[in-house]
Amino acid sequence: MEELTTLVMAKYNYWGVVILLGIGLYAMIAKNNLVKKIIGMNIFQTAIILFYISISTKYGASIPIIHHGHGHTIHPADYMNPLPHVLMLTAIVVSVATLGVALALAVRIYNHHDTLEEDEVLSQLTTDESTQA
Amino acid sequence: MKSFGLACVVLLCAALIYSTMNFPDWGSLNSPASEHVSDYYIQNALEETAVPNLVTAVLADYRGYDTLFETTVILTAGFACFFLLRRYRRKPPPYRLYRHIETGVTLIIEQGGKEPTESEEFMRIDSQWVPYDLVIQKAARLVIPFLQLFALYVIFHGHHSPGGGFQGGVILGATLILLAIANDLRSTTKRISERISAQLASTGVLVYAGTGALCLLLGANFLDYSALSRLIATDPVMARSHGILLVEIGVAIAVSAVMIWIYYNLVSAGRHDEGL
Amino acid sequence: MSSQIPAFIIVVPLLAALVVNIAGWARRSLCFPTAVCALAAAWISTIIVMLRVSREGDIIYRMAGWDPPWGISWHIDHLNALILILIATVALINIVATRSTAAQEFPDRLGIFYCLYLLFVTGVMGIVITGDVFNLYVLLEIASLSGYALLGMGGSRASVSSLNYLFMGTIGASLYLFGTGYLYIATGSLNMVDIASILPTLENISLIKVSFVLCLVGLFMKMAFFPLHTWLPNAYSHAPGPSASLIAPLTTKVMLYVMIRVALTIYQPDFAFSQMALQDIVVWLAVIAIISGSILAWKQDRLKRMLAYIIVVEVGYMAGGFWLGNQTGVTGAVLHIVNDAMMTLCLFLTAGAIASRINADAFKHLQGLFRRMPFTMTAFMVAALSIIGVPPTCGFFSKWYLLSGGIEAGHYEFTAALIISSLINVLLFFRVVEISYYEPFDNHQENEQQGIQEASLDMLLPLLATAGLLIVLGFYAHSLVTWIIEPAVSSLFTGSL
Repeated sequence: MEELTTLVMAKYNYWGVVILLGIGLYAMIAKNNLVKKIIGMNIFQTAIILFYISISTKYGASIPIIHHGHGHTIHPADYMNPLPHVLMLTAIVVSVATLGVALALAVRIYNHHDTLEEDEVLSQLTTDESTQA
Repeated sequence: MKSFGLACVVLLCAALIYSTMNFPDWGSLNSPASEHVSDYYIQNALEETAVPNLVTAVLADYRGYDTLFETTVILTAGFACFFLLRRYRRKPPPYRLYRHIETGVTLIIEQGGKEPTESEEFMRIDSQWVPYDLVIQKAARLVIPFLQLFALYVIFHGHHSPGGGFQGGVILGATLILLAIANDLRSTTKRISERISAQLASTGVLVYAGTGALCLLLGANFLDYSALSRLIATDPVMARSHGILLVEIGVAIAVSAVMIWIYYNLVSAGRHDEGL
Repeated sequence: MSSQIPAFIIVVPLLAALVVNIAGWARRSLCFPTAVCALAAAWISTIIVMLRVSREGDIIYRMAGWDPPWGISWHIDHLNALILILIATVALINIVATRSTAAQEFPDRLGIFYCLYLLFVTGVMGIVITGDVFNLYVLLEIASLSGYALLGMGGSRASVSSLNYLFMGTIGASLYLFGTGYLYIATGSLNMVDIASILPTLENISLIKVSFVLCLVGLFMKMAFFPLHTWLPNAYSHAPGPSASLIAPLTTKVMLYVMIRVALTIYQPDFAFSQMALQDIVVWLAVIAIISGSILAWKQDRLKRMLAYIIVVEVGYMAGGFWLGNQTGVTGAVLHIVNDAMMTLCLFLTAGAIASRINADAFKHLQGLFRRMPFTMTAFMVAALSIIGVPPTCGFFSKWYLLSGGIEAGHYEFTAALIISSLINVLLFFRVVEISYYEPFDNHQENEQQGIQEASLDMLLPLLATAGLLIVLGFYAHSLVTWIIEPAVSSLFTGSL
């Protein structure tokens, strides 16, 4: 029981990330509505962002802004790891950009087909093809 | 199909959870990720760039090349939304709604009818008619200048407190979107037209890439801000700090302009006529 | 100043994209010349970089003046430089060839089209040139986002296909990012060479194995390797002509380059090939990709869809050739990257030229084309011979290396698949040739002119130049391999940097 608690306390951030990843991936595969798929994609990317951020913490450390000014010795154990935060600023911007393009494509599909359900769109497309060919 | 997908996802998650058994513990001080490169940043970034906020120093100087392309990504999203959605209306809409302000009467002018000019008497409203709400409009109007001031604070104080170009730029863009939501789309389009926002977006990234190119022309590598010390007449360390500020300003301009540009295109489905 | 020339490869197209946007709102006529000048300048820089790498060895360009691994650095060796020249050539030929088509398809957004074009080229060149794993992800996303937009503009079917491509591409890129996160947890660094030096000292092998699998699956998704290829036929066949002939030759080949770079430079050949025990699985998947892609291509009745399935087959060749694990196979894969990009460009430009004169795609509308568009169909014949693998076109030489690599590694199923798919390619292309040569011209077209009605000159000349390049690449294949590819592959295998 002791070991289980220690194990959970040491790893639960990674497990939460993997569960979110699974939820996002399942939403992208299984949902029919395009907007729900886009939300699933967003959850998937957010899970990876959380993964990186959770790497950067250190017990007892503070935010990565040096608060003493010049001249004092700086102990790395006092400050969190700044690099994953930098990387994830980029990843958040990338996920917002992807969300924008995905929504633009969804609006385009809606303007043409009057529906956002994937099966209705596909059935409209197959009837178009069969009447054209 | 759904159950097959569920089975695949569950298997994948189980495999990944099993693989996390080998990870360093959460928050441990001697994981490899917390040593090596990040120790160098924590110990040396302040003396090499004179910026206490380590995240800003790493983002805009050590990994400035990455941040340039991050700004380009958001610009690409702006281009993509415009490219995919913009429809220049060739024929007018079937009807337009106008409101007589004093009496509150709504007029529906069909195509071919004579439309009143927008003035003190008549006001054009969207066809998805939302009730005129005095509180929201006036409250937004009061709050927006303070929000913009806060956004400028976040941008310029990013060296010493959490913040920087992206964060401040998004707040700035959000103030304009708030104006568009509280009133209607045309009130914001009149103030900041699409053309201005598109050109501002590119100008922001041009400031960033231009600073890097300026360092190229001064003989140093791309984005090596210490070369600017020749122009600004300071030592290389302070030149790096000023270079970081310059690129953060570029980023803020680009991000705020792209936010409003994407909003224009998405919310009106490209027509820029009526929106939220 | 001359030591800064590598930077021009990325900086010039990026600045040109920004300038085209700002100026394009005022004067549309400036967009095309600016874009062409920028791509020409980038092309010249790639040639200079290649000459410098052959003479002086690898170039290490430190961004922002910081040494790796504190800062981002570029590491340009023979392999990089070759792919950079390839990308610049394809982009330059394509922008000239599709000038009139682009002006026709996007009259009111031409400036933004050229901006997205230049950003896509910047993205793929940045992917190839960088030496930092996270930087690769950011540039991958630039190339992807501009690709989704460029491919989505072709009508209603294009939006659905592009959205599907977006979903699968985002999963692929995010899996790559996840794998990079594993690498970062294990090593603490993001520079490729630095990670490669730290990885052998770690005891936690299973962590490294999982990160390799994650990165690999992500890359397989983006390069359309069986069974994750389902986005490709729809996305490329419904796309507008100018976009398809830019994106189809480049995206999958650049992802193959990334796979080679990740497997050989970061994880080292010993780990990737021997310790991972993935070779057999991947080669068998490649065999299935080749056979099923060829059969599906045979079942198509539209030209562009057939070409899209041929791309799936070619990816199978290159991925399978790489995973054979010996130097001959990797040489064949790299040579085939170069050849296949040019062949795909030629084929898609042909499809664009045909579409500019005849507004239909299906085979039954292609009757009598040899008489109407002789030069276009000659270029098509050259590209077809190259895909089948007939000397002296370039396709023969890369297939030769792949075949000998397969025999050397003992993977006879790969060799058999190569030969079978070459035979199926003969059937595929000669079916098109037969329809366009022998059948009489149907009168249901509006134009009933009997004379030659070729595509316009600005589309025809680049197309013929590409077809000529296929033959030139064939003649110079041996020197290409000896002077450029073999030094690259042997340095990747020995791990010398």
